[in-house]
Amino acid sequence: MPKIEPEAMVGAKITNLSLRRWLHSLPGVDKVGLEARAASLGTRSIKTTSKAWALDAAIKMMDLTTLEGMDTPDRVRSLCLKAMTPDPTDPDCPSPAAICVYGDMVQVAKQALGKSGIYVAAVATAFPSGRASVAVKLQDTKDAVKAGADEIDMVIDRGAFLSGNYLEVYKQIQAVKNACVRSDGTTAHLKVILETGELQTYDNIRRASYLAMLAGGDFIKTSTGKVTVNATIPITLLMLQAVRDWYDQTGVLIGIKPAGGIRTAKDAIKYLVVVKEVAGEQWLTPDLFRFGASSLLNDVLMQRQKLKTGNYSGPDYVTVD
Amino acid sequence: MRLDIKKTYKLYIGGKFPRSESGHTFELASAKGEFVANVVLASRKDARDAVVAARAAQPGWESATAYNRGQILYRIAEMLEGRREQFVDEIRELTGSTEKAANQEVDAAIDSWVWHAGWSDKVDSVAGSMNPVAGPYFNISTNQPTGVVAAFAPQQSSLVGLVNTIAPIIVTGNTVVVVASELLPLSAITLTEVLATSDLPGGVVNVLTGKESDMAPWLASHQDVNAVDLEGTSDPVDLEIRAADTLKRVVRPGTFSRSAAKGSLQQILAFMEVKTVWHPKGH
Repeated sequence: MPKIEPEAMVGAKITNLSLRRWLHSLPGVDKVGLEARAASLGTRSIKTTSKAWALDAAIKMMDLTTLEGMDTPDRVRSLCLKAMTPDPTDPDCPSPAAICVYGDMVQVAKQALGKSGIYVAAVATAFPSGRASVAVKLQDTKDAVKAGADEIDMVIDRGAFLSGNYLEVYKQIQAVKNACVRSDGTTAHLKVILETGELQTYDNIRRASYLAMLAGGDFIKTSTGKVTVNATIPITLLMLQAVRDWYDQTGVLIGIKPAGGIRTAKDAIKYLVVVKEVAGEQWLTPDLFRFGASSLLNDVLMQRQKLKTGNYSGPDYVTVD
Repeated sequence: MRLDIKKTYKLYIGGKFPRSESGHTFELASAKGEFVANVVLASRKDARDAVVAARAAQPGWESATAYNRGQILYRIAEMLEGRREQFVDEIRELTGSTEKAANQEVDAAIDSWVWHAGWSDKVDSVAGSMNPVAGPYFNISTNQPTGVVAAFAPQQSSLVGLVNTIAPIIVTGNTVVVVASELLPLSAITLTEVLATSDLPGGVVNVLTGKESDMAPWLASHQDVNAVDLEGTSDPVDLEIRAADTLKRVVRPGTFSRSAAKGSLQQILAFMEVKTVWHPKGH
């Protein structure tokens, strides 16, 4: 994959001023048009074989998540078991792409998942607020990588972003990216959480997306799931436009991860439609698209059972996690 | 001259009044064969949504105290009394019955709510038991609600049959998805307006109008429904077979009379499960 030359992209030496010029030269977002497009794509009807494909795809693209203060090693283990055997009545049921946990649970998850091929993603950098010194954030990341995390979900410093200190945000992402390098030279995959619910405007979300891509994020992720407004379809659509345009411009493929508030199979399928229509089918793979979700899996499993048996399923027929 | 404001008849799901997901309606005729209203023709997806609402409401309704549930059922009777005239008019319009007969039906429906309200905190005293066992234990059997019930109201009754279907199910803490009589649905729809203003939590009673045969197979095979009351169904044998796949409680048509001002304890118990607890008592 081609490498990005940040200075060539921005057209100047990277300073706060040049970043500001570059980000603010991006076209403004047409709010009405964006929301109308998102709403119209959401009305698509996906049935029978397409639906079966979409449900399986949604599972394969899922980061099954538990990010609670009350997470225990046993809870993480049971979630890992669920990821390995989502539907005990159907051995053909695919597994989620990854388990997403706090850094201190990485080892537990790694051990429980064994050679199943399911990745472990860890949130780092003082998730969810990101309010800690850079040294602490980097150590947080290094600890998770050392414990074996395959993917790191970092949060950007929203305070710095909103006060116009783009250079600080940029530098932090780069520093975390460097902290993702393992001792053997390989790198943990970096997802950059923009926390769109705190960025106030669509224009800011577009700018934050470009800033994260410029700084070297492998994925841009909407939210932590810990604020009032989490992933929405218009926001995901906007970010999909950003990764699509970035690919056209640079040839670099960046992934997208909407997270938080996606609870039903119906919602998940709407997202898949948007991905296909906005970014293209190329993005319909776990390498480039993920859902961050916890309760979504059970709903998708119930819909799978409905398709298979013809009967409506219920929560008694999926595991409680 | 002013124009009449025509009423839009809608479904009642989760405490809200949605139109059908499908957008379909059917024309309802009066006893004289005249057009009365466009009534929602609920689809299987409306039934599915209603089950989700009923399931969500069930734990909260079950954990309400028996005393509180009784009060709410009594409140429904109060509110129904206040709208007596509307019920009488609607019953007469659809069935062509006399004012006296329609009034008697409304009386019976109100009295039935009160009769059932009284049972809420007495069921367990009457039907529960303390069992003699060979050992130092208290052995207690209590009756617990079955859960989510799909019910089909009798086809030939406007109001009293509907009340005698809903009340025995919900009084003990079950929630219900009830399919109203296809030809006599007006009282059911007006009853939902009574329910919505009676402190009854949303989702405890969900009312669907339309063709019983559109929804019955889906509800009978639905894995998240715990019991079915097949009173108003046309093909109960097929439905019972479907219900057996998930070990549902089944009440066959004609098992209970539903036309009187009081129900039967047996009907209340038909939607309950016995739970027996062993508790050590020392010497």
